[in-house]
Parts: sequence; structure tokens; C-alpha cells
Amino acid sequence: MYAVRTWLIGALFMLSLFTFPADSSAKTTPDTLELDVLVNLYDKVRFNHAKHIMLVKDCADCHHHTAGTLAQNPNCVRCHKNSGATASVACRSCHLAQPFSAAALREKSRTAYHNDIPGLKGAYHQACSGCHQKMGGPTGCEECHKRNKKGDDFFSSGAFAPPKAHGEKKHGGH
Amino acid sequence: MKRRDFLKGCMACGAAATLGVSQKAWGVGSFEGYPEGMGVLVDLTRCVGCRSCEAACNKEQQLPAPDAPFDDMSVFEEKRRPTEKAYTVVNRYETKKEGGPVYRKIQCNHCNEPACLTSCFVNAYTKTKEGAVIYNSKVCVGCRNCMIACPFNVPGYSYSSALNPVVKKCIFCYDTRLKYGKPPACVEICPQQVLTFGHRNDLLKIGRDRIREKPERYVDHIYGEKEVGGTSWLYLAGVDFDKVGFDTTMGNEPIISNVKDFLGIVPMVLTIWPALFTGFHLLATKNKNHEDGHSAEEDHKP
Repeated sequence: MYAVRTWLIGALFMLSLFTFPADSSAKTTPDTLELDVLVNLYDKVRFNHAKHIMLVKDCADCHHHTAGTLAQNPNCVRCHKNSGATASVACRSCHLAQPFSAAALREKSRTAYHNDIPGLKGAYHQACSGCHQKMGGPTGCEECHKRNKKGDDFFSSGAFAPPKAHGEKKHGGH
Repeated sequence: MKRRDFLKGCMACGAAATLGVSQKAWGVGSFEGYPEGMGVLVDLTRCVGCRSCEAACNKEQQLPAPDAPFDDMSVFEEKRRPTEKAYTVVNRYETKKEGGPVYRKIQCNHCNEPACLTSCFVNAYTKTKEGAVIYNSKVCVGCRNCMIACPFNVPGYSYSSALNPVVKKCIFCYDTRLKYGKPPACVEICPQQVLTFGHRNDLLKIGRDRIREKPERYVDHIYGEKEVGGTSWLYLAGVDFDKVGFDTTMGNEPIISNVKDFLGIVPMVLTIWPALFTGFHLLATKNKNHEDGHSAEEDHKP
């Protein structure tokens, strides 16, 4: 009983996270978005939505079937030919920030479709860097993400880089 | 005991031992992993070689500082393997396929029937129900049998320790994450979601679906589904697996199958041979005593 209540509270909390920002942005298309999935190691990314709309033209390139335009992937069209626009078009509505949580894995085992939706971070990178490669956009990590001090520590780089002399000595020793 | 009874006993014991042992030995070979076992599906077509997984592993497992920063891409100039200081490494392979080089992450594949576990005579290794192959470094005597047994060349060795060198390898983040149902650190950090964590059975389905939906993108094979009896870590690739550092010559039999027939004989030898040879010895010496006694009697005769 306690577990059910905890789950319900968690579900409501998650719903509130997803729906409220989406409701406010559904009417008006935002010009810029701040993506903060990797805020632990990198500064926020300011995504120029308006510029991408000009470049890409078809919303379905990024938003699949959710924006009401026809999805190109024939596998999606089988079900989503006439499904129309969804209540929320935000990436995080379907692409979970925690794609491997116990609840998410249970759901995956249960469903026959939509059981291989990448997490939010994976979806961003696969969609963005995949297109950037084709269109000649930036593809290096730090071309989009400025790494912060914690990130430098994580990658043992910058101020946290291993001493050069040590590395060279080690190399010569081999 | 009469000679005939003794030999009969020997035969009966031998038959019983042979039957019992062989049944047990055949049972060992049919294990296909725990039904609820977890795994990771590695999609090589997604990897961009950022080395974030190496950095995450280093921090999570509290490994010593690396020789070079984790954003130093010059490490790709040589092919690396896991060591005591790095439980996972990424290698780069230049292939003929367009779209740039292919990157491949190496770590323990967490076999369904681990050869390291079979080879370890102090029983340091355990295959947990979650699928991880973990080891107890407290009982490891540093014999390095597992390093020879591992078909993937994974276990590293703490050569730097003079007093207590032990084997070191990826443990699927068992102690800190997997045990609590959380994905390993490398999976969580991967920006491209090259690594998909889940129940091994679900991952096999996902892998097959990806191949079916994009046959032009993938080679029609999931490496690790059957290799050496199956592994918890599974791989999809856009080029032939042997072009990107995978051994495709190992077959699907678990490594233990190569030795289980021999190992099955060992208990039989231990139970039958002492009885058999004691019997031979007794028979031989009995005759000898008789002859000796006989000749001694003859000697005393005038």
C-alpha cells in the first residue's frame, strides 16, 4: 500500500514536471531553449530553436509525429499516419531523463512498441550530432558544451590533468 | 574377502561413480544465464569515441589517475586492453565503410558461463543473479589462471603491487549500482546512448528489432547472444565483427565444455583408482607371500 502511494506521488510529480512547461510553450514556439541535461559537467546549452526551424523546415525531422506533420519513418507511419499533434511536443515528454530506472525497464518489458526510445541525453545527441554530421554543423563535444570545473575534474583534464613530466617519464620507461 | 567378491565390488563402485559424475558434468553445460539477468546492448554504430565511459569508470571504481587526460584522443593511436588502472577502454578501427572510424568499447562481457570462474581454484569468482561476474580480491592468490582462461582477454593484473598482486576487472558496477537496480556508470554517462541497459532477454529483442528496422545499418548478428555460451554484454555493429577487434572464431560452446569431460574423469579416478590398485597390490603381494613362505619352508627342509 505504501509502495503504491509512493509510486503515485512520484508519477504525479513527474507529470507536473512534464506537462506544465509544455502547456505554456505549446501555443507559442520558443525561439531559444536552454538544455541542461549535462549541467553537472558542462554549462547549459542555449539551443537556437528559431534558427533550426529556418534550416530544417519540416518539424518531423526532430519532433517525429508529435507536431502533427507526417513522420517520414515508414515504421512509424504504420500507426501514426493520422494521429495528429500531441498535447506536448517537448522532447522530455517521451525521452526520459532516467531511461534505465526500474519503472522504465518494467514498462519496456511490457510493451511491444516504443520499447527502444532513447533517453533524453541519447535522443539529443543522436538527433543533433547525426544531423550536424550531414549538414556540416559542429560535432566536437566542446563546440556545443563548455565544460565546467567539475567536468575538467571528471575528465582529468585542464587544471586536473596528470603532470606532463610523469607521463613522458612513463612513456620513456616503456 | 574372496578375490571374486573384491573384483565384483570394484566393478559396482566404478559403474556407480561413472554414472553419477557424467550426469552432473552434462548438467553444467546447459546453463544459459539467470532468467532475470541484466545486460548491456552496445551499439557500435552510435559510438563517437568521446571516452566518457572511461572517465566515468575511473571515478566510479576509484581507480588511480590516468596517464593522459580522458579527452586526449592520441590514445587511439594504439590498440589498448583493460588493465588494473582502467577496467574499460575504447579502441578506434579504421574501416572501409563510409562515415568515419568505428569505435569499440572493451570491458568484461560477463559471460553466462564464465571461464574465469571455472579456472579459479580458490573460488574467488561469482556469477550473480543480476548477471555480473564479480570476484573476491581477499581470497585471490594472484595465480592469473583466469587471465589465461578468459576468451576475451579481459582480466588485468596489479603488476604494480609487489606484496599482494591480484586480478582486477570490470564488475558491472555491482557493489555500487547493479545490486540496487541501477545501470553501471559507463551506461549512465554515455551521451550517444551507445549503451542500453536492461534485462538481457529484452535487449536481445531490441537488438533484433534494430537490425530488422535498419538492415542497411547493421550486420545481421548480435555478438554475445551465443558466443561461448552467451554473454551479458551484447554488441551490434555496422561492419563485420572481426574487422573491429572481436574474436569470431570462438564458437558457441562455453569454455567449460572444453574441460568438463576431462574434469568429469577426475573424481572417478580419485574413487576407483585407489581401490583398484590396492586390490592389485593385495593380490600381487598375497601370491608373493605364499611363494616366499613356500620356499622358506623348503629351505628349512634338510
